[in-house]
Amino acid sequence: MININEVMETNTMIREDNLDVRTITMGISLLDCISTSLKDTCDKVYDKITTSAKDLVRVGKDLETEYGIPIVNKRISLTPIAMVGSSCCKGSKDYVEIAKTLDAAAKEVGVNFIGGYSALVSKGMTPYDEMLIRSIPEALNVTEYVCSSVNVGSTKTGINMDAVKLLGEIIRETAELTADRDCIGPAKFVVFCNAPDDNPFMAGAFHGVTEADKIINVGVSGPGVVKRALEQVRGENFEVLCETIKKTAFKVTRVGQLVAKEASKRLGVPFGIIDLSLAPTPAIGDSVGEILEEIGLEYAGAPGTTAALALLNDQVKKGGVMASSYVGGLSGAFIPVSEDQRMIDAASCGALTLEKLEAMTCVCSVGLDMIAIPGDTKATTISGIIADEMAIGMVNQKTTAVRIIPAVGKKVGEVLEFGGLLGYAPIMKVNEYSCDAFINRGGRIPAPIHSFKN
Amino acid sequence: MKKTVISVVGKDKVGIIFQVCKYLAGNQINILDIAQTIVQDWFNMIMIVNIQDSQKDFATIASELKQIGEEIGVTITLQQEEIFDMMHRL
Repeated sequence: MININEVMETNTMIREDNLDVRTITMGISLLDCISTSLKDTCDKVYDKITTSAKDLVRVGKDLETEYGIPIVNKRISLTPIAMVGSSCCKGSKDYVEIAKTLDAAAKEVGVNFIGGYSALVSKGMTPYDEMLIRSIPEALNVTEYVCSSVNVGSTKTGINMDAVKLLGEIIRETAELTADRDCIGPAKFVVFCNAPDDNPFMAGAFHGVTEADKIINVGVSGPGVVKRALEQVRGENFEVLCETIKKTAFKVTRVGQLVAKEASKRLGVPFGIIDLSLAPTPAIGDSVGEILEEIGLEYAGAPGTTAALALLNDQVKKGGVMASSYVGGLSGAFIPVSEDQRMIDAASCGALTLEKLEAMTCVCSVGLDMIAIPGDTKATTISGIIADEMAIGMVNQKTTAVRIIPAVGKKVGEVLEFGGLLGYAPIMKVNEYSCDAFINRGGRIPAPIHSFKN
Repeated sequence: MKKTVISVVGKDKVGIIFQVCKYLAGNQINILDIAQTIVQDWFNMIMIVNIQDSQKDFATIASELKQIGEEIGVTITLQQEEIFDMMHRL
């Protein structure tokens, strides 16, 4: 039988170290909603979402009560909408109508976000993919809950540089349209290389076409728990450090596994995967930056940061894989700047630069995340930043992403305030030298060779 | 049988166990095991109970115990045992 120390340990993690389940995300296929009429498509989409996910929030709350563990978000991910609207959308405005339908459905079922306003264009763009991409600024402007993503590259296909170029412009336009709300639009949009089909985290969640009709994916969290555990092993060698992270990640993930299995049973929807990610929040003591400091760095960004993050990410996976029957999604340590107080501090004091963040993304999930850049950054420069990050993902056979926010009318040193889990972002310096000629070439970068690895 | 864990944490004082047990007895909740310890003047107790014979549902019992906790100045939580089993047992 369970003993008092074990109960106390678990409850201390929950009460003091911000242990939570970050999200229960229901993936819903909308392939059966495709129709030649826009109204018919919207009606079917609304009905399928509101029927499939009608109990999602209630079940999430019941599990919170019964296990005493906060489940911070309940979300929905959908079949990439570019496909769903392919038969009925004659222009970008039609896609915006679908976005409004998704927003209404999300509101009806009470979820925090709905993802999948997406297009997969890693090799080429169809006309309907392009229509969806061009609708993103307006779609994110007029909706509250909709999240969007575009996959522009993969290890197998290379990088679609036409899409990369277009997205630089789209991100700028989205920021300008939402400038009156601290440019919130681009905070709900992410560009991917090697996007996973089963990611439960926003803004990049979508329900891949290889998935079942409905699925439950769960994202765990727990940076505070890892930080607390590492406080007990200060000064110890790397073996002890790694073992401690691994054991802690195991415990955190077991809670996610329990919640996922139980949610799946109660909703009558198969369990998909657990995403083993250390996902920070702006709350004090819920920070990946703080773990890096506890490992021995003055600030995230100091020399040694990439190595520290590499070991952290690897141990989280090693512990987590043993704890769950199915692992997937992004799985790793997230390093969003605006959502992590110690990363914000490191960026504000100059310890953490965009270039160092790029290096860090080589060894962790997922990429340049929630980074505010000066409002006068050119679209081609944004495309250049995206291309660099996509290249890291393509060559290293990993998922990489860019969620970057041009702060319209603001400069380095100022701040964008999003509120809630999205936090606030200090505007970071961007290398201003031009990459116009590179971005304007057009076409695609070929897939990399998979031998002669160096 | 699904077991449920009641944990009580707070400043030690007279009558904590009495108040909790009075509520449990009044609501047909059987106590299977009790353990308690004092850490730096803080009273920690766990009770493993069976709530299946109670007329009240889990959420009601959890909320009423929480209220009793607030009245006597301690934190009382009710959780299904599985969360501890999953985390600490292979």
